[in-house]
Amino acid sequence: MPIFLPGFETDLFAEFEQMRRQLDRLFGDWGLSSGIRTLAAGGWPAVNVGASPKQVDVYLFAPGLDPAKLDVSIQQNVLTVAGERTTEVPESAQVYRRERFSGTFRRSIVLPEDVDPDKVTAVYRDGVLRITVERRAEVQPRRIEVK
Amino acid sequence: MSETRPVQSPGTALTAGAETELVLRPPVDIWEDAEQITLVADLPGVAKERLNIQLDGDALTIEGQVALDTPEGMEALYADVRATRYRRAFTLSGELDAERIEAELRNGVLKVRIPKRAELQPRRIEVKGS
Repeated sequence: MPIFLPGFETDLFAEFEQMRRQLDRLFGDWGLSSGIRTLAAGGWPAVNVGASPKQVDVYLFAPGLDPAKLDVSIQQNVLTVAGERTTEVPESAQVYRRERFSGTFRRSIVLPEDVDPDKVTAVYRDGVLRITVERRAEVQPRRIEVK
Repeated sequence: MSETRPVQSPGTALTAGAETELVLRPPVDIWEDAEQITLVADLPGVAKERLNIQLDGDALTIEGQVALDTPEGMEALYADVRATRYRRAFTLSGELDAERIEAELRNGVLKVRIPKRAELQPRRIEVKGS
């Protein structure tokens, strides 16, 4: 049974994000330096990344794609997804709105360093591409037995 | 994965207090040809069971609930998408035939066809030669 975005809609996270955006507005490039591969807000497709002790899950909100034509690759801990989306609007029609993304895209996402690039699965459902990368066993929390 | 479903009308799904909820506004393409208006909306993460298209008078409302499979104990590292509900509304005009609206959802893309009333579609007028 699906669960609704736990962890992606907490108040704390939203408050932190709001603060970050305010800082961005105030200082722009003068603020803290950001990672060279940091995602710019507003890119396509939208991305959510979640981590649990055993795995890292990347969700790309990329509707209307042919999964066979998606190019998903991982190099160490950098995941890259590339592809193209075409939107069909007949040339003869009177067009009122064209808001949907059309064209080629490429997004690189830096994952935590303990992911295992050999253990990746990808599933495309309802327009969301979910990529699961397992974390290496040695960094997973271990129960230490007290004798 | 695609299904044509009838539009429900009218309904009461717009609940009070919805203003406090964060709602995603899906991007749309809208175009018109001789027979119909076509509306295409991006609703990634919405299965057809969680899609609700309502027609109340001349108001067409599209709503969808996002559902993702997430592992237990997941914490967000990064999130572009922070809300779980899409909503967007449009006002239809009188020449459109609301009774014959068709909708289809495929891979997170919703396509709605709103036909024009037959008597209001442009007619080709034949010119007869002598």
